[in-house]
Amino acid sequence: MRLINRYPGPVGRVALAALPFVLVGLVYAQASAARLAENPQDRILPSFATLGGTAWRLLTEEDRRSGEILFWGDTLSSLSLLAAGVGIAALLGLVLGVAIGLIPLIRSSLQGFVAVVSMIPPLAVLPILFITLGVGDTAKIALIAIGITPFLIRDLTARTLELPQEQVVKAQTLGASTLGIALSVALPQILPRLISAIRLSLGPAWLFLIAAEAVASDSGLGYRVFLVRRFLAMDVILTYVAWITLLAFLIDWGLARLSRWLFPWAEARG
Amino acid sequence: MTLVQVDGIFQSYGPRPILERVSLSVGEGEFISIVGASGCGKSTFLRLLLDQERPTRGQITVDGQPLKGEPDRTRGIVFQRYSVFPHLTVRDNIVAAEGLSRPLGRLFGPARRAARARADATLDRIGLAHVAHQYPAALSGGMQQRLAIAQALAAKPRILLLDEPFGALDPGTREQMHAFLTDLRQETPMTVFMVTHDLREAFKLGDRVIVFDKTRWDPHDPAAYGATITYDFDARNGGIPYQLKEDQDGSSHPAAQPAA
Repeated sequence: MRLINRYPGPVGRVALAALPFVLVGLVYAQASAARLAENPQDRILPSFATLGGTAWRLLTEEDRRSGEILFWGDTLSSLSLLAAGVGIAALLGLVLGVAIGLIPLIRSSLQGFVAVVSMIPPLAVLPILFITLGVGDTAKIALIAIGITPFLIRDLTARTLELPQEQVVKAQTLGASTLGIALSVALPQILPRLISAIRLSLGPAWLFLIAAEAVASDSGLGYRVFLVRRFLAMDVILTYVAWITLLAFLIDWGLARLSRWLFPWAEARG
Repeated sequence: MTLVQVDGIFQSYGPRPILERVSLSVGEGEFISIVGASGCGKSTFLRLLLDQERPTRGQITVDGQPLKGEPDRTRGIVFQRYSVFPHLTVRDNIVAAEGLSRPLGRLFGPARRAARARADATLDRIGLAHVAHQYPAALSGGMQQRLAIAQALAAKPRILLLDEPFGALDPGTREQMHAFLTDLRQETPMTVFMVTHDLREAFKLGDRVIVFDKTRWDPHDPAAYGATITYDFDARNGGIPYQLKEDQDGSSHPAAQPAA
């Protein structure tokens, strides 16, 4: 039987999905054990037991100086920055994307501009943001927004242009104004596309957030990772990286569920 | 009484002529079937009537008024596909026919409740009440087209344009749709233009059948000339071309006479 026609059974599917995770874990455990056997004080590849202990300490123990659990404070700080940046970008992307896609005059004026702006490397703009907006939260939110807004605008413009012309003509024969078509024909059909575009841009959004936190901050997940790097605290770094990965995965999964729940018609269309 | 008057329409896309010297008068309440080979400009003619495109030369008037430059509520349209809104339930698709003309594109409060009640009555009449809360994607092709026609009619247009509305349906469903359309027309008199590839359908439903074809043909450059109306049949009278009738007994279709 050809390889392209072979499918795993129910057990096989779970086993195959777990396989890469197990392999990576085994390789890490082997490497860690080898290094620790040579030098029990090694900090580069801590054992799973050390990692578990560190994770428990980070999640439960209060900071001696501030009396707060830094882990949760960092998480809250990072997530609120991320939400603000992505939220602003989503709003701008939605409004401009639909406007550019639907209105030829705006398209003529802004499409080329957005294409050029989207080529600006956002991280190169970061110093400008720090200089103009200060090193506080505003600059970080601005970096995330600047980083992903052009992508969102371009993606949603394309999605709006993909709407069948028949629907736009039909709406006109039913007496719809431009605003009516934007709000009642284009917008509802673009919203599920907005969610999938946000899911795609969450990776870059985290990148910009952590980069900004690494450069100038006093809290946040990215700040902590870069702070403890000085002490070679791999156990802390790995715990934070795992936590960031889990958060990103949960947000992605939650958005997918939200989209299916809010827009059942978008699924059926296939 | 002449409702739609088409005078010497030429339409070309760039250097490529599609339609040449198309003239036609259509009386109020007539059903015009439009047939012709693929690519002979039938759909272009429909887009011109819809005012989705402007002709290169010539003029179309409705009720003596030239078209305004964009589609509006006087002319409803049903396409072969994509005619209904996929994000609205079947009932809300009918409600949209009233709501879209509002400033924000939708109705609120009591007006919406009233429109929903009217939509439910419409759905009852066209046999779609049992799927009122489903999305169009869950409907069969015939049901979707029935919904599309009902949606277009809910806006009460004077002229209904049908662009191969039954082209994608199986023969049985197509027969049902013919009966459905005939019933609707008896209830609400309106002028209909229907583009179709099915000659039998054209003669069965139409009062007149007009044929688009190229009168000049360059075998070395098939796109050199556009199409025009080559035949105009009276589908209610054994399918005799009006041109022949005029030659034989001097009579002509009332609407074919120049507007006074």
